Amino acid sequence: QGSFIDALVVLQMMVRDALNQAMDEELERDERVFLLGEEVAQYDGAYKVSRGLWKKYGDQRIIDTPISEVRAGLRPICEFMTFNFSMQAIDQVINSAAKTCYMSAGFQAVPIVFRGPNGSSAGVAAQHSQCFAAWYAHCPGLKVVSPWNSEDAKGLLKAAIRDDNPVVFMENELMYGVPFEMSEEALSKDFVLPIGKAKIERPGNHVTLVSHSRCVGHCLDAAAVLAKEGIECEVINLRSIRPMDTDAIEASVMKTNHLVTVEGGWPQFGVGAEICAKIMEGPAFNYLDAPVTRVTGVDIPMPYAKILEDNSVPQIKDIIFSIKKTLNV
Amino acid sequence: KLKMLTNISNVLRACAQRNVAAVVMSARTYADFTPEATFEIKKCDTFKLDEAPATQVVLTRDEGLEYYRIMQTIRRMELKADQLYKQKIIRGFCHLYDGQEACAVGIEASINLSDHLITAYRAHGYTLTRGGTVKEIMAELTGRRGGIAKGKGGSMHMYTKHFYGGNGIVGAQVPLGAGVALACKYQGNNQLCVCLYGDGAANQGQIFETYNMANNRYGMGTSVERAAASTDYFRRGEFIPGLRVDGMDLLCVREATRFAADHCRSGKGPILMELQTYRYHGHSMSDPGVSYRTREEIQEVRSKSDPISMLKDRMLSNNMASIEELKEIDVEVRKEIEDAALFATTDPEPPLEELCNHIYYNDAAVEVRGTNPWAKLKSVS
Repeated sequence: QGSFIDALVVLQMMVRDALNQAMDEELERDERVFLLGEEVAQYDGAYKVSRGLWKKYGDQRIIDTPISEVRAGLRPICEFMTFNFSMQAIDQVINSAAKTCYMSAGFQAVPIVFRGPNGSSAGVAAQHSQCFAAWYAHCPGLKVVSPWNSEDAKGLLKAAIRDDNPVVFMENELMYGVPFEMSEEALSKDFVLPIGKAKIERPGNHVTLVSHSRCVGHCLDAAAVLAKEGIECEVINLRSIRPMDTDAIEASVMKTNHLVTVEGGWPQFGVGAEICAKIMEGPAFNYLDAPVTRVTGVDIPMPYAKILEDNSVPQIKDIIFSIKKTLNV
Repeated sequence: KLKMLTNISNVLRACAQRNVAAVVMSARTYADFTPEATFEIKKCDTFKLDEAPATQVVLTRDEGLEYYRIMQTIRRMELKADQLYKQKIIRGFCHLYDGQEACAVGIEASINLSDHLITAYRAHGYTLTRGGTVKEIMAELTGRRGGIAKGKGGSMHMYTKHFYGGNGIVGAQVPLGAGVALACKYQGNNQLCVCLYGDGAANQGQIFETYNMANNRYGMGTSVERAAASTDYFRRGEFIPGLRVDGMDLLCVREATRFAADHCRSGKGPILMELQTYRYHGHSMSDPGVSYRTREEIQEVRSKSDPISMLKDRMLSNNMASIEELKEIDVEVRKEIEDAALFATTDPEPPLEELCNHIYYNDAAVEVRGTNPWAKLKSVS
């Protein structure tokens, strides 16, 4: 009997449910926390991430609304239906949220989380497919977090809610329904992951792959294919874009001597571009046997037709190709 | 009796000479001064309101002296800032508030420090009424470490408890104000938020988004400060009741705010106040302020509607204070400003070691990249 029940405890949890659990736990823990956004209440959330929360916590704490700002002692979680819509409120995110602590010399804190799906989806075309990681991570005063799996989603969202600073929390719509194993530790109410620390999802010796969000999964798939050819990839899941765990990347590059970055966003001024610059400025540069390779989304607005869309984002074959070019094999 | 008759005739003569509101002597004269008097003030235009602010109001001698002092302090502080700006000791943007003192002081007179207030960039006066000192305001303008934001914010970014600035982006403060009011409602603390904006912001979408949110859900207080408006802005919030108020008369502003605060606290929802006010300076220090209006107009407002003169006349003609007493306050205020200006011009600039501090709140110390890869700077919360 005991082992049967134990087996059930190692359960599979979808990313959406991990996010839901994180918010539920934090709403219960701190009455200053509340959620607002389009359709988050009665509709249970446009992507059902907030399902059940309105029923449990009511009108006071789960609010259907366009963007609103709170500075007087509360801890809001502001859901954007997608980060594309955050552009309507971006002045508030940058000028009212990000900069306020600094402008007031530490007097006025802004403990707010902006969360929602970021980056490409499926067939939603150009205006609904942009990745905003580089835009937000550009700005001091913000923290920018990009989870990949359910454990990331839960641990990082709880950390974001508990952080006294504005955190941009970028989810991915295509990941919401993907199940991942959750350890017992991850299921506990106190499971919090540190913002600013990357995770090595797969160790390897030949090349370092650095990625965030959905592309982490692609990197792992590429690594599995290449392992059969004797190429061992070390896959790093950034988890945080700002602050970025540069130390982890450098330590890995100093071991593997090769670096490939993989992201869904556009190449210019992107996450990979920043990693290249950081590597050049640090100790790992001298360990590179080849220039850093960036694998990115194609530098175009996202097209609609499936064949075009599929070829606008990094595919596993693109990652494999880039790794082999970097390794010169 | 003779003294009383003399006083009454003085009052009547004063009324005939100046354009002050009609006065009714209500309190007996004893000792030196009248402890309080009743004044008749202009009626507010109303929109979607069954009642209106009172038109007969009482001002006590103590209140009068206090209001006089604060208004005079704001006036002198702004004029000193003008001076320092022209001397290039204040840099960047500087939006001055002289002429509008009745608004800041009148509003604060009818709310509590436990209430909340947020405004745009013409914020020095409010920083003072909300608890800041002249010294730290001026040192912020000159960018010194003793400034209210340690020199990090400047003219447009000053904060005190329950005062959320000082906001540089036109209109952005309005949704923020609604958020503060939401927090008040959420916490059930019977506090309200006064949220101010000018005509620039009035045409923005986010103002109307805020009206919508405020009215639909949150029962907040929203108040409006306008420059001399020529259109019926106060009717714009179609579903929100409104008041149009003489913003040059401190007693009008105070009474209208009292009315508006009651309206909000009794759960009737948000209310719009259009305060018809006038700034003597241009929009900012780079605007001479005479390309869109005549000097004669400015002079006329100064001579007929100056808020400080109006209060002074009322108090003097009702024997609520003596000319000497008010002059003494002027001297004290002048000294406070001079001392503050001295501090503001001699306090050292913030230390370079603190350049990167306060990026984050309540966080571990982090390293910050400087201008080049070898410049590794430190940031503490």
